[in-house]
Amino acid sequence: MASHAEQPHRKYSQTAIAEHAEGQQHPIRIYLVVWFWLFVLSACSYLVDYVGFEGYLRWSLILTFMILKAGLIVAVFMHMVWERLALVYAILLPPIAVLVFVAIMAIESDYTALTRMTSFVGGG
Amino acid sequence: MGETTLNGFGAKPARPSGIRGVATDWASDQRAFKSASWGKAMMWIFLLSDTFIFSCFLLAYMTARSSTTVPWPNASEVFALHMFGADIPLILIAIMTFVLISSSGTMAMAVNFAYRKNKGATVALLLATAALGATFVGMQAFEWTKLITEGVRPWGNPWGAPQFGATFFMITGFHGTHVSFGVLFLLIVARKVWRGEYDRGDRGFFTSRPGDYEHVETMGLYWHFVDLVWVFIFAFFYLW
Repeated sequence: MASHAEQPHRKYSQTAIAEHAEGQQHPIRIYLVVWFWLFVLSACSYLVDYVGFEGYLRWSLILTFMILKAGLIVAVFMHMVWERLALVYAILLPPIAVLVFVAIMAIESDYTALTRMTSFVGGG
Repeated sequence: MGETTLNGFGAKPARPSGIRGVATDWASDQRAFKSASWGKAMMWIFLLSDTFIFSCFLLAYMTARSSTTVPWPNASEVFALHMFGADIPLILIAIMTFVLISSSGTMAMAVNFAYRKNKGATVALLLATAALGATFVGMQAFEWTKLITEGVRPWGNPWGAPQFGATFFMITGFHGTHVSFGVLFLLIVARKVWRGEYDRGDRGFFTSRPGDYEHVETMGLYWHFVDLVWVFIFAFFYLW
């Protein structure tokens, strides 16, 4: 981890020095590589629509490209791979609650659709 | 620990990593986030709350779309543009995606050059990021105008389920607002870098905390988050 550049600043307070030592410094190259891959992945997800894949193939491809893109942005552009686990867990674990919510609402909306189809077939 | 040395940059004993590291960081005094300053940690926590807001919008969209018995409008056709004598599906959205990703790239480079104290490159890259962000908002305004003239309203549209309009305006509108405020703050940060306020440690107009090049990274976190949200909107609203 060559990320923590330390630069003494005499006019800053001790807190400011401590903060400054936390700056993220990485080679430019890694950003360019990630940038390139984000372009490729975006082009791939656009092609899913352009080619016209349907059904589970379409949905799984969309999700795969989405997760890869999101992972690259959070990990490298937002420097999450270089942060300590205390912060990583504090930020990345709470969204699991969203996934639980998704599951609940998927079941609920299926039920709503079912009651609409059985009870309002004639247009309500 | 860095805080316990007198001059702030003395020899630091290595901190444990892994789960033990999480436990010792959270159990230590003063601060849990040893690798992030309070400003960066607060930005992350704000972004987490924003994640929940956008998640709820997308969840509402999922619930509306999967519970309606009326067919959902085909986004591929709705967002097609007539170019070069043919209807190209979703082309405007694809261009908007590339514009936003490019702005994320320039932002990441700006953060890098800011820590190298290269003011010229930082300002140029921040302005490029702001310009790309403004381009994105402009294209979104074009898209809204196009859909509104075609008769899309929050309560109905010519192609199918009426919830389409409400979902579209709510989600893209909220995201566009985030981009717009991002552009505003990018310009403010660019001006501060240009005037050397982060070199001198001038106090900010809002928090009155001393300026520091780390502010560029915090700004970058927000900007990358806006790009991140677009990744999910692009996948779920436009492609699904």
